[in-house]
Amino acid sequence: MDVRVRALETLLTEKGYIDPAALDEVIDTYQTRIGPRNGARVVARSWVDPEFHDWLMRDATAAIAALDYTGRQGEHMVAVEQTDDTHHVVVCTLCSCYPWPVLGLPPTWYKSAPYRSRVVRDPHGVLAEFGVTVPDGVEVRVWDSTAEIRYLVIPQRPAGTEGWSEERLAALVTRDSMIGVGRPLDPHHLDQGAPA
Amino acid sequence: MSESGPGYLSRADLGGTTGHGPIVHEPEGVVFHHRWEASALALTLASGAAGKWNIDVSRRYRETLPNYLELSYYEIWTESLERMLVERGLITADELAAGHASVPPVEVAGVLTADRVAGAFARGGPTERPAAAPARFAVGERVRTRAGRVGHHTRLPGYVAGRVGTVERIHGVHVFPDTHAHDLGEQPHWLYNVVFDAGDLWADARPGQRVSVDAWEPYLTPAADGRP
Repeated sequence: MDVRVRALETLLTEKGYIDPAALDEVIDTYQTRIGPRNGARVVARSWVDPEFHDWLMRDATAAIAALDYTGRQGEHMVAVEQTDDTHHVVVCTLCSCYPWPVLGLPPTWYKSAPYRSRVVRDPHGVLAEFGVTVPDGVEVRVWDSTAEIRYLVIPQRPAGTEGWSEERLAALVTRDSMIGVGRPLDPHHLDQGAPA
Repeated sequence: MSESGPGYLSRADLGGTTGHGPIVHEPEGVVFHHRWEASALALTLASGAAGKWNIDVSRRYRETLPNYLELSYYEIWTESLERMLVERGLITADELAAGHASVPPVEVAGVLTADRVAGAFARGGPTERPAAAPARFAVGERVRTRAGRVGHHTRLPGYVAGRVGTVERIHGVHVFPDTHAHDLGEQPHWLYNVVFDAGDLWADARPGQRVSVDAWEPYLTPAADGRP
């Protein structure tokens, strides 16, 4: 594939359809600038700022844009929050739809047949494989992203984080917890010397 | 084949299918596994600036690849990019095979330059359009999805086809992929989030599971009888 893609790049450059410097810029953007730390910042803000939280739940596109995360594959955002009654999990069974501005490019498993086929059929089983146990009586809600609406899961704020700064809280928020296949890190994990 | 007609077949409609093996989890931070994957992504995004296709056309090309399930994600992207470039006249099959240009380029709408990447991504491509008519369905209404196969690109997954669910949200009016993917225009329609009880989708569903899809108005009819 390496040779094949390089040949295509050479051809399209010779034809004048692409600018090689733009390719580097695209790659750098998704390798270093746009990733799940963006979403973690959104979540942490919603945990400390009730007004932002309400805005996020009412109009996620605008609230997230206020933190400067906009555009491609996040044009129309909806935030869904984990509660004591409902556990949300997101998939795209038809392709790989994923909220790029807040989570970056989707991980391979998210785009692959095993996850896409099974999570709508057996969400409890899939969540268990990710280490997430859903207590009895808690509904599991699967959001299949079949249009251009992109879903961001807002995990529950861990207990024992009262008074934490937004930055420190953001460090608890994992990519998987914003897809719904994980939970935030245990706050003790950070207390014990991990970077805050 | 990717043209509309009785032979149109998406191989990407995977919800509820079996036999795909285990889920292989990866830690946060793994973005690409090979340099060529990053290039395939960048080439695909940059080539879009030529204006010869839209995102729905791209999805149509990808989902109809005969070997879709055997290819990795960026192999799918590369293969469909090559096909679109050839079929839409930007390059010839001979040029693709040779890896070098041998005929003059065609006129394109634009070229993505490095200084325009950030702005282009920050703008994206919103799909919401002004409403020409009121929404047919209200939140809380029971609706039945279209049953049976259609001979074109569509975004109604097979596992909810012909089922009854409840409108939970109204997302506004959005570009209709069924036409947009076939170069038949945006033809925007109301878009709804429709939620189904898992028991209405799967015979052996566990209680306490619900699944939703986003469905355009033409996919839906009133389900006055409420039968699943």
